[in-house]
Amino acid sequence: MNIIFRRRVVNSLVLGLSGLAAAFGLFMLTWILGDVAIKGAGAINWQFFTELPAPPGMEGGGLANAIVGTLLMTGTAALIAVPFGVLAGTYLAEFGYNTVLGRIARFISDILVSAPSIVIGVFVYLVMVKPMHNFSGWAGACSLAIIMLPVVSRTTEEMLKLVAPEMREAALALGAPYWKMMTGVIYRAASTGIFTGVILAVARVAGETAPLLFTALNSPYWMHSMNEPMANLTVVLFNYAMSPYDDWHRLAWGAALLITMAVLVLNILTRLLLSRKRRTS
Amino acid sequence: MYSLSGEAEGGAPETTINTGVGDDPVKLSVRNLNFFYGDKQALFNNTLDIAANRVTAFIGPSGCGKSTHIRTYNRMYSLYKGFRAEGEIIMDGINVLDPKVPALKLRHQIGMIFQKPTPFPMSVMDNIAYGLRLHNSFSDSEIEGRVEKALRDSALWNEVESKLHQPGTALSGGQQQRLCIARALAIEPKVILMDEPCSALDPIATGKIEELIDEMKYRFTIVIVTHNMQQAARVSDYTAYMYLGKLIEFGLTSDIFTNPGSKQTEDYISGRFG
Repeated sequence: MNIIFRRRVVNSLVLGLSGLAAAFGLFMLTWILGDVAIKGAGAINWQFFTELPAPPGMEGGGLANAIVGTLLMTGTAALIAVPFGVLAGTYLAEFGYNTVLGRIARFISDILVSAPSIVIGVFVYLVMVKPMHNFSGWAGACSLAIIMLPVVSRTTEEMLKLVAPEMREAALALGAPYWKMMTGVIYRAASTGIFTGVILAVARVAGETAPLLFTALNSPYWMHSMNEPMANLTVVLFNYAMSPYDDWHRLAWGAALLITMAVLVLNILTRLLLSRKRRTS
Repeated sequence: MYSLSGEAEGGAPETTINTGVGDDPVKLSVRNLNFFYGDKQALFNNTLDIAANRVTAFIGPSGCGKSTHIRTYNRMYSLYKGFRAEGEIIMDGINVLDPKVPALKLRHQIGMIFQKPTPFPMSVMDNIAYGLRLHNSFSDSEIEGRVEKALRDSALWNEVESKLHQPGTALSGGQQQRLCIARALAIEPKVILMDEPCSALDPIATGKIEELIDEMKYRFTIVIVTHNMQQAARVSDYTAYMYLGKLIEFGLTSDIFTNPGSKQTEDYISGRFG
């Protein structure tokens, strides 16, 4: 066999295999998304967004309380995690570059990013739910905030580091104090990136089930405050999918579609933001 | 390469070179300036006077300490840990290296332009207003007036009059650099330091900046670091040649370029070395 022929054979073989692998991945993805879309679309109607869940066997019913619960807890988590995360990221980028505290914080952030979310759920269960003898929306929001925190702080750090050192020097050379340089110029220069990080962090927690199972639990009713167990899409999806009732299966598909679409939209949004940033800077 | 460093160390001792500016009034007196990046010494006993309302150029091969030298004038180095300067830089009777002199006030008086244009991520108008608001509490109409004046002074007004509310980053490179100059002029410093202000620009944009430097020197004292010897010859009144952190030769630009005192300066400006 001559060497050029052999190369051609190996080339087309490997090319064919890698193409097949890509097609396989794409096939699985479209299968899952398509299945969710087809089966979920049937569940999505006006009632789905406006009504409480109906007991098994009864007609209709929706997931209004779970939708509101997910929005409430994710929003509260963002309100907790974003200020802490941005400030922590600022410390890491500006002051903690080579300090012991900075290195420890960075290391722990990296571990926390990849920590299984169920561990965080159990942790919040132990420090909040158990002492308070109560599953609550607050506990749910806190567990989501802990998951968001390292994502926000590390993105903030990376984005601040991307701002050209000349920009800092130019602001300081005008006689700006450090804090005015940060608030007036550097945060502004990094804002698109930081915002992208926040959206990605929200997308990351929007689909979390395990931490909420241990903290917010679930509820078939409207919430009156964040101090009580709170319905949310992912736990409802988990419960309903495991139930023996067809109506509940239908709602679970609807919840799955809603979550998937939300995460998809958030990811597309970050893509758009980043490509716009690339064009302007 | 022949023994240039030997000549720098032995042939031109700092004590015998000219450091003065004749009858011109002095704006900054640099005396025995030493600079350290941690343990590494980067400047050795630099002593010279910067004449008021004149352009002083620093030339020399890469890494010779020109930028390090002028970055001591506004204490830019103090941002970084382990960097320190010794000696004196006297401006209006005050040693600017004295830590008791507030850096923020010092930088109000000594502005700086960098190699890379650094427009802030905001509109053309706000870029200039940012500096103005740092030091004054002007009304909006006062700010607008001063922004216009700064843009006229930096020969940018006609080009950006209709773009005042567009982002500063949308301007061309040369315009961005003139925007940075306008930003520095607006707060009315006494001295303007320029660290290779044209090295990222094309020849036409460079020409415009050079014209601007010519006009600005009637109101400001200008110190410029440049890689480009023709530029030093074109824009400056005084030239300082540095090598390996030492000031090798200093004097009127016309003298340095036509009749250099040391062989090494002559080799550098004639392009045989560097």
